[in-house]
Amino acid sequence: MRLRRPSIPYIIWMVVFTLVPIVLILFYALTDRSGSFSVEAFTKAVGYSDVFLRSIWIAFISTLICLVIAYPMGYIMSRQKRSVQNFLTMIIMIPMWMNFLLRIYAWVTLLQNRGPIDTMLSIFGIHTQLIGNQGAVILGMVYEYLPFMILPLYTVMSKIDTRLIEAAGDLGANKFGVMRKVVFPLSIPGIISGITMVFVPTASTFLVAQYLGGTNDIMIGDVIDKIFWSDHNTGSAIALILMVAILIFLVILNFFGDEEAIAA
Amino acid sequence: MKQAKNDIIVSLRDIFVEFDGEVILNHINLDIRDKEFVTILGPSGCGKTTTLRIIGGFLEPGSGDVYFDGEKINGLPPHKRNVNTVFQKYSLFPHLNVFENIAFGMRIKKLPKDEIKKRVKEMLAIVDLKGYEKRSVAKLSGGQQQRVAIARALVCDPKVLLLDEPLGALDLKLRKTMQWELKQIQQKTNTTFIYVTHDQEEALTMSDTVVVMNNGIIEQIGSPTDVYNEPVNAFVADFIGEANIINAVMIDDCRVRVLGEELECVDKGFGQNTPVDIVIRPEDIEVVPPEQAKLVGEVKDVVFKGVHYEMTVMCKNCEWIIHSTECSPVGSKIGMKIIPFNIQIMNKMFPHPYNQFVCEVVYADEENNSVTVTLEDSKFDIEGFCYPAGTKLKVTLPPQALSIAGDGVGDIDDVYIESVIFKGEHNEIILESDEQKWIMHSDVDEQVATYVPLKFDFSKAHIEPVEEES
Repeated sequence: MRLRRPSIPYIIWMVVFTLVPIVLILFYALTDRSGSFSVEAFTKAVGYSDVFLRSIWIAFISTLICLVIAYPMGYIMSRQKRSVQNFLTMIIMIPMWMNFLLRIYAWVTLLQNRGPIDTMLSIFGIHTQLIGNQGAVILGMVYEYLPFMILPLYTVMSKIDTRLIEAAGDLGANKFGVMRKVVFPLSIPGIISGITMVFVPTASTFLVAQYLGGTNDIMIGDVIDKIFWSDHNTGSAIALILMVAILIFLVILNFFGDEEAIAA
Repeated sequence: MKQAKNDIIVSLRDIFVEFDGEVILNHINLDIRDKEFVTILGPSGCGKTTTLRIIGGFLEPGSGDVYFDGEKINGLPPHKRNVNTVFQKYSLFPHLNVFENIAFGMRIKKLPKDEIKKRVKEMLAIVDLKGYEKRSVAKLSGGQQQRVAIARALVCDPKVLLLDEPLGALDLKLRKTMQWELKQIQQKTNTTFIYVTHDQEEALTMSDTVVVMNNGIIEQIGSPTDVYNEPVNAFVADFIGEANIINAVMIDDCRVRVLGEELECVDKGFGQNTPVDIVIRPEDIEVVPPEQAKLVGEVKDVVFKGVHYEMTVMCKNCEWIIHSTECSPVGSKIGMKIIPFNIQIMNKMFPHPYNQFVCEVVYADEENNSVTVTLEDSKFDIEGFCYPAGTKLKVTLPPQALSIAGDGVGDIDDVYIESVIFKGEHNEIILESDEQKWIMHSDVDEQVATYVPLKFDFSKAHIEPVEEES
């Protein structure tokens, strides 16, 4: 009882700001405009399934690219001197001090036609459209969410004792063997939390696609943003489907994590 | 020549290591014979673990060569060396069970599964952990983890096994058992063991050869009996076993003056009237009636130690420790008889009985009759005389004129305590600053391998200006 009392404010918070909104979304998703029960919203939501799948795909690719970039980065960081580690962490954090929209605007400026990158490429005779496609959206996503992949990986890896790496080398493992047999298995918790921190927001984000993708129906987040004010019910239904999809994904992911934990 | 080459498995030649300007290993040479149990013994910070890491390939020496089986292996990474290591804190892989930990090296080598299984099983039997295959390493006791670490290293069939204070984390009883077991394993597997420890008893118990290190150099290499009975200097004598280390003067071959009494000894070649250190083990002093011995003392304290009594005896202001099976009551006068063979004569670790340095006057204060001088980037004042700026002064300080600044501000800061040896009357402390070594007497037990501020008492000093050579 004594333990429970201090948790009351948090419980109230959760009820008011998490549970109630979810119930509301559930309610809107299962009713029509007049307020009576209907699955009409879901039928309409199915019409956006291509956007939905594309969002998941873009989120998946962005997460994968983040992982590929962040993994070696996190490892290299974790093997530096303490002072260097702190410095690198700060370097990674600095862009996050800037407003999210400003950072995306910066990319728009860089990538736009006759922007700096386009001009430079055209000197070499390369003429391509750099903005307004999926590639630009993925670039924006990776840029936005890379720190969220690096930091958990770095945190977990910096806890790997250097002597374990030395021990693996001592037992005959070359650099690749050390990575595969020691660093990778021990960094799985970091990989899981990194994927969670990147995949979940990228799957549901909006605005990035609007600015860099040039249209507002590339990502499901933008679709929700667009239709919610005119049609609560369909917006809620899409949001609900997205929530369930992410939930299933997280459960599967954590199942992998647990299995590794059992093997240990 | 051929014979020697076959016999020596690891050879270090002129190894020098430096970290951030601090010398860790100062040009050491070491040969390790095949199939021997060699212990590298020394206080913490002496460079023993660094030596091991150089053999293991985890650290490249700043200069010098490492030979393995007659071949130079500088720059060869650990995984290509036929050496395995048992790490200080075991470093078992937390994500693998006992079997997989031991199988790690063989899996890397991609040995057939049946063979891995067979060899892990054999190894578990050797280290007395049958049936522990599936256990998680995190759930093992310290001693069991230790044995897994040994099995994991030995199963790779190394020519040399390196052990870095492997018993440090175990309690005394388990340590004793493991000492015996390690020796058994070494003999059973016929492998060269290089064992690093700061525990002299461990070194004497297990080793064929003991290498005593201090402050980046090797002080002595020898069998356990050699280093115990014939230490080369006061440091070795003090570090290994209990000892009475006393200042003495070698009058001539086989004649030594100790506390004003001339005694007979067996050592030769120290010259005439040379100051030396002598070591006499507590069990080598025979208690006799006062009239039968040259050295007579009064018993101050008696402690019963089980096998013997430990007596503290004051003889001419000097404290002696005697181990004897017969107890002499506190307050009684006893004679201390020492046969010549049991007096071990050693060269002084510090070349002079005083400190000497040359410093330059940077500021002369005629009003207060004092000068400010600089030495090794430090500035301090000397009172009582005045010389013009630019004069070089030669300062001679007896050991009593040095002290460690209690308030933390010394004339020279960050002086390294290299050794502290009890000499019966006081501690003899040898310190090292950037450019020179210092000798100091103190009644306080200072901590070796620490940095302290050093203060000078110039009222006890002899100071004279140096004549400039033109």
